[in-house]
Amino acid sequence: MYEFDWSSIPGALPFLVQGMYISLEITAIAIVVGIVWGTLLAMMRLSSVTALSWFAAGYVNLFRAVPLVMVLLWFFLMIPHMLESIFGFPRGSDMRLGSAIAGFALFEAAYYSEIIRAGIQSVSKGQMAAANALGMTYGQSMRLVVLPQAFRNMVPLLLTQGIILFQDTSLVYVSALADFFGAAYKVGDRDGRLVEMLLFAGAVYFVLCFTVSQLVRYYQKKLKTA
Amino acid sequence: MGYSWNWGVFLQPSATGDDTYLGWMFYGFKMTIGLSLSAWLMALFLGSIIGVLRTVPNKVLSGLAMAYVELFRNIPLLVQLFLWYFVLPELLPASLGNAYKQSNPVVQQFLAAMICLGLFTSARVAEQVRSGISSLPPGQKNASLAIGFTLAQTYRYVMLPMAFRLVVPPLTSEFLNIFKNSAVCSTIGLLELAAEGRQLVDYTAQPYESFIAVTLAYLLINVVVMFSMRWLEAHVRVPGYIGGK
Amino acid sequence: MTNSPRLAMLAMVATTLLSAPAFAQDAGTLKKIKETGVITLGHRESSIPFSYYDDKQQVIGYSQEFMLKAVEAIKADQKLDKLEIKLMPVTSANRITLIQNGTVDIECGSTTNNTERQKQVAFSNTIFVIGTKLMVKKDSGIKDFPDLAGKNVVTTAGTTSERLLRKMNEDKKMGMNVISAKDHGESFLTLETGRAVAFMMDDALLYGETAKAKRPADWDVVGTAQSKEAYGCMVRKDDAAFKKVVDSAIASVMASGDAVKIYNKWFMAPIPPKGLNLNMPLSDEMKALYKAPNDKAFE
Repeated sequence: MYEFDWSSIPGALPFLVQGMYISLEITAIAIVVGIVWGTLLAMMRLSSVTALSWFAAGYVNLFRAVPLVMVLLWFFLMIPHMLESIFGFPRGSDMRLGSAIAGFALFEAAYYSEIIRAGIQSVSKGQMAAANALGMTYGQSMRLVVLPQAFRNMVPLLLTQGIILFQDTSLVYVSALADFFGAAYKVGDRDGRLVEMLLFAGAVYFVLCFTVSQLVRYYQKKLKTA
Repeated sequence: MGYSWNWGVFLQPSATGDDTYLGWMFYGFKMTIGLSLSAWLMALFLGSIIGVLRTVPNKVLSGLAMAYVELFRNIPLLVQLFLWYFVLPELLPASLGNAYKQSNPVVQQFLAAMICLGLFTSARVAEQVRSGISSLPPGQKNASLAIGFTLAQTYRYVMLPMAFRLVVPPLTSEFLNIFKNSAVCSTIGLLELAAEGRQLVDYTAQPYESFIAVTLAYLLINVVVMFSMRWLEAHVRVPGYIGGK
Repeated sequence: MTNSPRLAMLAMVATTLLSAPAFAQDAGTLKKIKETGVITLGHRESSIPFSYYDDKQQVIGYSQEFMLKAVEAIKADQKLDKLEIKLMPVTSANRITLIQNGTVDIECGSTTNNTERQKQVAFSNTIFVIGTKLMVKKDSGIKDFPDLAGKNVVTTAGTTSERLLRKMNEDKKMGMNVISAKDHGESFLTLETGRAVAFMMDDALLYGETAKAKRPADWDVVGTAQSKEAYGCMVRKDDAAFKKVVDSAIASVMASGDAVKIYNKWFMAPIPPKGLNLNMPLSDEMKALYKAPNDKAFE
């Protein structure tokens, strides 16, 4: 039977809190950028301009075809240096956080755009036609009529995707960035207490994600009764 | 900074002399496919049961099913994998645990990865199945109960055949996810595609060639799965429903 | 979906591939350091006692001290009043790439200098010489490599030990099951939980792992060294000026006798985080190295 020794946790708390901050930072930025860029992609995908809809379809399918771990590796090891050589950017030194955020945001945008596309399509076509009939432009009817309704229906799905994203931030281990999981792992590795630290990390993730998913459920119920 | 490209590296005999590096990649490719398919069967089977249980009128059963889903959905895959591989054998009775740990490590890694991916995905499949069932008009259930079907018969003959046809598109994306999520399993030493790619980096010091090859291999898997699922979708589409033409 | 987005996607991939080789050529790390006043050091996170975090998340270790000596020499060589040091953790999987693509200027950790790696990066004067051995449980009865036939053996992925072990298994038909764990921590966990009977790795790192164990006295490092390997600091290839400054810094640390002091601090005295003493006396190879610093790889 394995002997558990939890003594590493108290001393590591400041480092773990710092790691949690990084996890939340990546999650928050990736959600915001992902939703904005995802909305644009969804609108391009649905637009009648063939080039735009092809671009959006290609983008979404490319990012959905490759494992997140590989995307993060590309963003960490290759893409910054391609950009440097093409645009002559100054050579930065610590790209870890920046590349992780960029990788996550662009990757999640592909997933968000699919949710948003479904959301836009769920608003009945008559609404668009009615808005047009009232003399609204395409942009106005999207912004004032279709998107507000679509987003209201999509909020639970978008938040659920956010929970998945938060869990996926643990994959930044590929760039040795100390997010919450990475911090717990590093402490465990240093002290020879991997099992204890990862059980602890798992418990923290569970409590946080469970709480948020219950809030989503509550919101969903309210939405249905409203 | 003077990166020397060398695509011929794949045809070189590997440093341990057992194969070419291309052979390593192919081994990993087969491992990824085998792992993902077996985990998918597990996920589909368990996910269907749990998904159905979530919709039955029995509070205890639906509560248990919900607890199952919440447990597997709210812990990162990476942590779950570590627990299945490193922690679970420690909780077995010592003699059984030790016998298991002395067995072939590839079998141990494969089992842990398969169970982990299978259960993780089954929670997501269960959610899709549940939403498929609850999207059916309540009249179907009531009508079949009214003509004397038992609840089990109602599920078996009326609701599930409909629900499964409706959830094929969302299940396609879960099916694709399982291939991508399998890349995480390299962290317990299972030599699947991503792990072989990393090995190539270590052994040949040609990182970019290997990243590109691995990425292309995942794209290939994705394209094949996508097209076969599209074919399936076209065949099971329900006329009159969204997506049905 | 039609075929066309697929084609668009392939085109995107193809463009990426074609543009990839156009990496900027930036000769002269010294020039860059002088211009920016910044040097980026690559370090490891848990290569005890070479390069690792203490409990305040500061980077410490034998290799780290050599790297800091090199930084001082660079500062003096370029007559800089101030030199900002940026630290960047690297892993065994990404360290070579990060040197190549310019993210990190120099990496001193536990990186073996070998001819294969010399195709992609350059190595400074050797800072440490190790032998690859086995860590076993004291009561396991395993004394050397032949005892491993038919057993489960663990090693860390991406190390020279992994290669040696797999090759030995292939050449001598030993029927071992080789487990490649992600890092030294997981390798040790594999050994500690009884999944493997032995952990093959560089002897110094094995002593380091022993120091982390719950009961250090239970473990032993045994076996005939399967290879001698030279740890060096990695720098970019074809940058002779930079390598020269680093090389002479290392040579002078060895000539002045500071190297022995650094050695004793990390291998013969209690080290953080747990205050354990590795008790690994200076080997003949190390004595020879300190007498005649060089940048030769053993293979």
